[in-house]
Amino acid sequence: MSAYAWMWVALVAAGLLAWATKYAGHVVPERLVKNPRIHRIAAFVTVALLFALFTVQAFTTGASIVVDARVVAVAVAAVLLWRRAPFIVVVVVAAGVAAGLRALGWG
Amino acid sequence: MTQPKRDPSQSRRARLGPARQQAISVSVATGAYAISFGALSVAAGLDVWQTLALSLLVFSGGSQFAFVGVIAGGGGAVAAVATSTFLGLRNGFYGVGLAPVLRPMSGLRRAWTAQVTIDESTAVALAQPADDIRARRVGFWWTGVGVFVLWNAITVVGALVGARIGDPADWGLDAAAAAAFLALVWPRLASRRAQAVAGASGVLALLLTPVTPAGVPIIAAAAIAICAGWNASKSKDEVPE
Repeated sequence: MSAYAWMWVALVAAGLLAWATKYAGHVVPERLVKNPRIHRIAAFVTVALLFALFTVQAFTTGASIVVDARVVAVAVAAVLLWRRAPFIVVVVVAAGVAAGLRALGWG
Repeated sequence: MTQPKRDPSQSRRARLGPARQQAISVSVATGAYAISFGALSVAAGLDVWQTLALSLLVFSGGSQFAFVGVIAGGGGAVAAVATSTFLGLRNGFYGVGLAPVLRPMSGLRRAWTAQVTIDESTAVALAQPADDIRARRVGFWWTGVGVFVLWNAITVVGALVGARIGDPADWGLDAAAAAAFLALVWPRLASRRAQAVAGASGVLALLLTPVTPAGVPIIAAAAIAICAGWNASKSKDEVPE
């Protein structure tokens, strides 16, 4: 099967699993999910995965740890988030900072 | 008790107003950043149709960014699906939290309800007064459907833009993806323990990146979450929402 076809398989699988997860929440008896440990773990899974994704996206290329224009861009993004800027502003400014630095020949 | 004889349609409108207003503003704000998802997805190698299908089917921003992020980083389909699914686990808990608001439901309605059970619809529903089930339902449905329509429409715009711009790095799209993940996790970092989980996950991901296949460093972070969540902390507010 081609890489293109595999991508369709993967994205349909991701979609079905995403929907099944959401659906399960609406049908499980409430008493089965009162366990506070499960709630805590689920909340931390979100934090752990998102931060790992951020780290890999910001500081690595392939199998190498890399410091380039992205580092400056995410530093600016962090300041904007701290100043409570809207999501879209944070993302667009980060892209602009990285693109600008690269246009100047760095990173 | 304070206003026993007000016109019922009037008072209902007064009560439902804020829920709809919040729903619309959240839908517009959330829909706007679908443009970055669409562009990043095409930059990762998906075509416009795959990008739209992923957005319609997965319909959960974090999971979608994660899926294309893993693919862009050279990870395989299994790692992409696993990361997307783990990140979507919280949506399962939203359904439980919304039970008093939405249950009982018929089968078809439940299927559609499930699809629009996301961060934003849950947040707007639960932001309405606890004793006003009607406003909570309005908040859930207006936000869920509003985000669904705008998010998917603007995803297509982003994908079409992304397909025309050449090297994504020249436009800073790799930095945009990093900033998007940071923005998604930011509101969940209020507690000390959440900050510790984030820091440990980032360090582990960097340590594993040179020595494991792409995608593994991200999934491994789930182990840190399990360790952190196993025991309750002393203070009450340590668990992020």
